[in-house]
Amino acid sequence: MKMIQKAELFRLFDAVSANEKLYIPADNTAGKAEYSVYKDGMQLSSQLNTVRSAKDFFFPQTENMADFQVSGKNISVEIAPRMDEDFTIFGVRACDAKSFAVLDNVFLGDPVDTFYQQRRLHATVVTMACGRPEETCFCTVFGIDPANPMGDVSCWETAEGYCFAANTEKGEKWLAKLDGVLFETDESTVIATKEKIHAITERLPLGNLPIEKFGNGDEMMEYFGRPEWKELSRACLGCGTCTFVCPTCQCFDIRDFDTGHGVKRTRCWDSCMYSDFTAMSAGQPRPTQVERFRQRFMHKLFYYPMKNEGLFGCVGCGRCLQKCPVSLNIAKVMNALSKGKEEN
Amino acid sequence: MQDALVPMLAVVTDIRRDTPDVKTFRVVSPDGKKPFEHIPGQCAMLSMPGIGEALFSITSSPTNEEYLEFSIKKCGCVTTWIHNIEPGQMVTLRGPYGNGFPVESDLKGKDLLFIAGGIGLAPLRSVINYCRDKRSEYGKITVVYGARSKDDLVDYNEILSEWLPGGDLDVQLTIDREQEGWDGHVGFIPSFVKELDPSLDYTVLMCGPPVMIKFTLQGLKELGFKDEQIYTTLEMRMKCGIGKCGRCNLGDKYICKDGPVFRFDQLSELPDEY
Amino acid sequence: MQTAVIFEEMKKRAKELLSNGTVARVVAWQTGDTCYDVTPGFFESVEELDEKMVFNCLCGANLSKYLITLSRMPGKTLAFLKPCDTYSFNQLVKEHRIIRENVMVIAIPCEGMTDVETLRGKGITGVLSVTDKDDTLAIETMYGEESIAKKDAMAERCRTCKSKTAVAFDEKIGETAENVSEDRFGMVAKLEAMTPDERYEFWRGELSRCIRCNACRNVCPACSCEKCVFDNPDSGIAQKAAVNSFEENMFHIIRAFHVAGRCTDCGECSRVCPQNIPLHLLNRKFIKDINEFYGDYQAGADTESRAPLNRFDNNDVEPCDAVGRK
Repeated sequence: MKMIQKAELFRLFDAVSANEKLYIPADNTAGKAEYSVYKDGMQLSSQLNTVRSAKDFFFPQTENMADFQVSGKNISVEIAPRMDEDFTIFGVRACDAKSFAVLDNVFLGDPVDTFYQQRRLHATVVTMACGRPEETCFCTVFGIDPANPMGDVSCWETAEGYCFAANTEKGEKWLAKLDGVLFETDESTVIATKEKIHAITERLPLGNLPIEKFGNGDEMMEYFGRPEWKELSRACLGCGTCTFVCPTCQCFDIRDFDTGHGVKRTRCWDSCMYSDFTAMSAGQPRPTQVERFRQRFMHKLFYYPMKNEGLFGCVGCGRCLQKCPVSLNIAKVMNALSKGKEEN
Repeated sequence: MQDALVPMLAVVTDIRRDTPDVKTFRVVSPDGKKPFEHIPGQCAMLSMPGIGEALFSITSSPTNEEYLEFSIKKCGCVTTWIHNIEPGQMVTLRGPYGNGFPVESDLKGKDLLFIAGGIGLAPLRSVINYCRDKRSEYGKITVVYGARSKDDLVDYNEILSEWLPGGDLDVQLTIDREQEGWDGHVGFIPSFVKELDPSLDYTVLMCGPPVMIKFTLQGLKELGFKDEQIYTTLEMRMKCGIGKCGRCNLGDKYICKDGPVFRFDQLSELPDEY
Repeated sequence: MQTAVIFEEMKKRAKELLSNGTVARVVAWQTGDTCYDVTPGFFESVEELDEKMVFNCLCGANLSKYLITLSRMPGKTLAFLKPCDTYSFNQLVKEHRIIRENVMVIAIPCEGMTDVETLRGKGITGVLSVTDKDDTLAIETMYGEESIAKKDAMAERCRTCKSKTAVAFDEKIGETAENVSEDRFGMVAKLEAMTPDERYEFWRGELSRCIRCNACRNVCPACSCEKCVFDNPDSGIAQKAAVNSFEENMFHIIRAFHVAGRCTDCGECSRVCPQNIPLHLLNRKFIKDINEFYGDYQAGADTESRAPLNRFDNNDVEPCDAVGRK
């Protein structure tokens, strides 16, 4: 196990950022944590998590994929460059680290999305154990341990400093480059930190969400037809907040943008909550917000796990609980559906 | 490094008008060759940069070694643009996408009943011509095709010049209403199919507007057909074509990747949002 | 009057009106799984009211926009509106979006709502319960008890409340609370005092955080177009996400222009913004300008008067005077 004193953390940041781009959660002008490119003097945010999830690093909100030139009947195409520089993301929480596995199944499945793939290959993910989980956290429901946050390197904040352990070969290389900055220590303080975290996660108010009721393909159609969807979705504004702050939501749109000097083909985030998501000239298979709302949650709780060996499309980060303008969220959905099932 | 979502270039070499709102486009790669191989029932994404991308059934048969064909109905932004182009126009192309019809497995040696309505013939035409080219590998083949009027029958010229005289297919045509110069059957497809009373030995491949599908399926079941022997191909708004963008997600399936061809017993296990 | 007492009266009256058939449904607030995940609730029976209805200091959501749809359903809808919600309601009635006769409004008092985001901003996290005790809130968290003055737990929109007097109602519950608020246009004046470069910096800093989730638009009572220009592929400006910073700015600027003169300053845009962008400041700039150029005007104060931007007379300010250029 490697360690650095609290007050010395900037030395680690300086050392990493001398070689490659380093992103750390820092407080923005609104006082909220946001991944920012590390610059001299930047402070690591003390908040639990960033408003935007870490998915942005691999699946950015907009991404240029190709540039076209059109002249007369002719077209030429130039594919946009893929990420070709190494970078480090520091301070990723266990939930977001797990979300990469959810996204990988989609983007690295056949056929591979090379834009996503190259970003993944060039990134070193340094995770951070959660010292102060919040009431909106329920990662433990999905078997995620916030005291053991995985990634390439795991980091724990202890009373004295920050301790590091590598989980992958990439992580070992990353740590090896910091030999002059970190010193060797034993695991005792980290063990104590983990125990402290576990004592907190045991009393997470949402720690007992009825996850066992979901994910079974045999029950998919029954849940699809449940009467609760109508009432659950009634106040939904049809905005994309839940989708866009969600670390696992990955629906996208492909749009052309005429710059006046050519056409850019971009991929951008889209949301199944939007009324035009499935609209086509021939009709609209999800005509009301009830069907759109249902799609989002059925996808996370049934469709995705059915396709991906039981892995749920939610990591319990709690962002939708904090950010939905009308307090609709996956915890509420799980509770209502489960209660409805028991009563029937 | 290529990426699945970045298209190749292609050239439209020939355009023919099928009906007032359907044209068929012949597409080759810039070096004049067929852009890629496909399975009948698969789709490809055509686009014009700045206008947009849209998914279309490949209507030519895989046995055609020279080009791909797409029969396209004018109904949205991309299709309107494509209807206005002239031969020699470049477009972008990616694909093929989807599962296609199981012509080399489940359908092999079977009696096949094709039922198509309007532009619904487009995805089936590829299968019909494939089976004609490998005629000995399939049993009886019947094509029931209907449209609003004689002028709305897609590929009518091919039907007249090749399918009807060929003798290797039983072709049954119908139009919705009486029309001058038409001495064939008049009436809607669902009732026409019931009148024809096809043998239950047929495997059915059906494509057309939702209302036609609904009532024809009902009629076929009344005749004794089972969900397991009826195939259809779904149309749904698709963007990526590779099972990632989420738009055509239906249960644990993505229509663009796991479909668009499904048997009705498979569809009955999926949410009815198509 | 205490919130708990008001709530009991609200529930009692809602039950009466539902039972005697005066209204077919009630729109109010509904309890959630945690103390603060209060959702707009739609109730059609006395049992539902008993089980789910709630009113406390965490009922920030403005219910008036839901009445566009609800007032087109069979039967009357009973809506509980806080004073500031009644302005949005009036404005929507004025714009013929809400069918007034199909709605029964009961105005309820409001002392300013507690904002959990504000609490989090003050380092109070792990919130388990919030108890309203006169001027202070007792907050139980996963990490112990906290106490905070009520006004310190309010969002800016409540600290600068424009009015605690309801302007549209059929019935009223409770007393009008005293109006003690900070200067509503203080921040706008500060922005006006900046140089154009500083102001541009300020807004780029804020708007660059926008994730185009459309929450501000979808919650906004003034944004009630059937088909928004940003969703219409034929408009030429429909985009799901901003391709560049120009578009990022334009989305908000176009929206601010579109609601100018109609925005009642309910502050929902800023409340719902997941990135805490102070969007209401754009609208307030328009309100301040309208006040200065045409005399004090409050959108939604009534349903009859013509808005300054919807009429013309010879005394209207000349554009060159408005921008200070002769």
